[in-house]
Amino acid sequence: MAGKQMEMTGAEMVLQALKDNGVEHIFGYPGGAVLPIYDELHQQEDIEHILVRHEQGAGHMAEGYARSTGKPGVVLVTSGPGATNVVTALQDALMDSIPLVCLTGQVPTSLIGSDAFQECDTVGITRPCTKHNWLVKDVNQLSRIIHEAFRIATTGRPGPVVVDIPKDVQFATGIYTPPSPVIEQKSYQPKVSGDLDKIRAAIELMATAKRPIIYSGGGVINSGREASQLLRELVELTGFPITSTLMGLGAYPASGKNWMGMLGMHGTYEANMAMHDCDVMVCIGARFDDRITGRLDAFSPNSKKIHIDIDPSSINKIVRTDIGILGDVGHVLEDMVRLWRASKKTDHSQLADWWTRIAKWKARNSLAYPVNNDVIMPQYAIQRLYELTKDRDTFITTEVGQHQMWAAQFYGFEEPNRWMTSGGLGTMGYGFPAAIGVQVAHRDSLVIDIAGDASIQMCIQELSCAVQYELPVKIFILNNQYMGMVRQWQQLLHGNRLSHSYTESMPDFVKLAEAYGATGIRCDKPADLDDAITRMVETKGPVIFDCRVAALANCFPMIPSGKAHNDMLLPDEASDEAVANAIDAKGRALV
Amino acid sequence: MNAQHQPTGSAYFMTAETARPETHTLSVLVDNEPGVLARVIGLFSGRGYNIESLTVSETEHEAHLSRITIVTTATPNVLEQIKSQLERIVPVHRVVDLTVRSAELGHDKPLERELALIKVAGSGENRVEALRLADAFRAQVIDANTEHFIFEITGRVSKIEQFISIMRPLGLVEICRTGIAAMNRGSQGM
Ligand SMILES: Cc1ncc(C[n+]2csc(CCOP(=O)(O)OP(=O)(O)O)c2C)c(N)n1
Ligand SMILES: [Mg+2]
Repeated sequence: MAGKQMEMTGAEMVLQALKDNGVEHIFGYPGGAVLPIYDELHQQEDIEHILVRHEQGAGHMAEGYARSTGKPGVVLVTSGPGATNVVTALQDALMDSIPLVCLTGQVPTSLIGSDAFQECDTVGITRPCTKHNWLVKDVNQLSRIIHEAFRIATTGRPGPVVVDIPKDVQFATGIYTPPSPVIEQKSYQPKVSGDLDKIRAAIELMATAKRPIIYSGGGVINSGREASQLLRELVELTGFPITSTLMGLGAYPASGKNWMGMLGMHGTYEANMAMHDCDVMVCIGARFDDRITGRLDAFSPNSKKIHIDIDPSSINKIVRTDIGILGDVGHVLEDMVRLWRASKKTDHSQLADWWTRIAKWKARNSLAYPVNNDVIMPQYAIQRLYELTKDRDTFITTEVGQHQMWAAQFYGFEEPNRWMTSGGLGTMGYGFPAAIGVQVAHRDSLVIDIAGDASIQMCIQELSCAVQYELPVKIFILNNQYMGMVRQWQQLLHGNRLSHSYTESMPDFVKLAEAYGATGIRCDKPADLDDAITRMVETKGPVIFDCRVAALANCFPMIPSGKAHNDMLLPDEASDEAVANAIDAKGRALV
Repeated sequence: MNAQHQPTGSAYFMTAETARPETHTLSVLVDNEPGVLARVIGLFSGRGYNIESLTVSETEHEAHLSRITIVTTATPNVLEQIKSQLERIVPVHRVVDLTVRSAELGHDKPLERELALIKVAGSGENRVEALRLADAFRAQVIDANTEHFIFEITGRVSKIEQFISIMRPLGLVEICRTGIAAMNRGSQGM
């Protein structure tokens, strides 16, 4: 193309670079420092802009979009308060390794540092909560930086990036360079294929295991659909039992015969006991988070550990591994499956005793809860929601709290990218905007945010966005009138003194929905639940479903603070007294 | 990982750290771009690692590369974390633990040098004594009048510290130190 044609303004470059990187949707909110970009947005039709109601919402929408599609989510916000409002979502994406490209407006370069109107040190504020960030001071660097931003957000361990663009750079004219297949960057070269010798050693160790376990995580989902397929093959070939973190649900199907349920603080008894007693642990794309390991000095004391991760800093960070394989999960699994096939080891009989023990743990039925015909038990509500939506093309997001854990325990995920929840940061207010982002990418699918009565109030303003763009997201609130998870901890740790965890002056959610132009449904009887859920699913537009559930139900099983995997509090043992004494003085100081 | 420094208050970092901390010198090759030093320092403060000395300067102008030398003290596990966390920073090209490298090369420790400027004011006996000791330490006088000297001294950290402590009673006024520059012996590059 002639050089002349590639000359354009910074604002035009932004749009061109987004198109060249395959962007179809962006989530944003205008303001003084991004008006030139908004002006360009107005004059084109390739990229659809979703106008949010708060920049945090834009960030979470982009996260939901990214997690359900595997593509990066793109955010556009103004300087100052626009940028600071998006910080929560950036940190959320950093902790859960979600690819986001966030463009922020900045005051003109000549005013930077002068405390100008709506100035803030965006790159300074976002440095610790992004994978990388840039302040673009020269319009001729703008296109290269945006292309680099996409590459860094989406490759290696994915994460959020920020490109801060001063207003004068948006107006300035310069030369646009298209994305180049040749990577000029010399630093940052993520390694995707694993060391074959280590993979061989891992296979040998796995072949001798008598009590193996696969513990998989969000890295499998991030690696792409192929990785989940390969994980399924590996499980099939080896006959190993498998558990997963909150982030990894769906990589292996919940209906699969080797599935043990989620592990960790609110994981199943069988998953945690098997983690504790195993002799070989294969950790695939997970990072030994503290919600997973429980007490570290008692964590799986007798096992050899294999850890596959794309991030070298995750290996040996928390738990020493015997074989650490650095590489993309998908690539490494491909090698593993191939090598296992070549070894022709198909006999699983040496695992028979292990499976017998697992069956005994399973029989303990750790997810049991008391049946109630008068009030809706929250677990029952999720079970019914699952039964009535599982045969549809459904995506689930959640907020943070007890409802999130019940969703993870009782909703069965069969496929990857169908489950979006804030794992690392635990951000209340994540689920609803995330659901909107999912719906933008999947207009005809059923997208449900399983919410809590407190969490939903953190980003409820986005209902206005859902109505505007006819995004028929369903908000399914397990309304227990409490910040249930906070109350549960206060019961466990603080002598049942329920300091500020009761939600007073709760809004009327049905009226709230109507005020926004959405539909409100309320249900408080188990007998009415199925009909009400069906009505929700069949409603064309967005719905708030106010599901009144047992107020004081708690989430079990649970590994109380400071306890090991084999020291779980099970639902049938969780008497008031057991709850009050579950955590000793030392554990009380912990989070 | 930083349990040895302070309890993090998390249920799951309760294991008391028993390994002994070691002092290592790291060389970090980075793109010389705005904010890169802030990224490195932010990593150390954000994750609770400590910095005992830090120096930075552009070393290859055409390639826009800077070399950062960091001296840090941590347990072996944390040192491994520091190294991989540094490698995660996008403009970081390479991280070499010079202390580990020198052991591999069969040396005691890497070569480490520091430069200091030291201002001493005084008269009479003290002044004569200061000049005499400076000579013994091979410190140069780079500025002087009848009331003061400014000495320039280079050498190992221990030498500089010793020199400073000797100057203290002799009228020490001001100290400026560069921090450590370090490199391994032998013909190989980092
Ligand atoms: C932004 C934010 N603030 C505070 C918390 C701490 N927190 C965790 S769960 C929770 C209560 C959630 O209540 P609700 O949404 O009603 O869910 P429930 O536990 O009742 O199901 C709180 C306050 C958080 N996770 N995120
Ligand atoms: Mg609640």
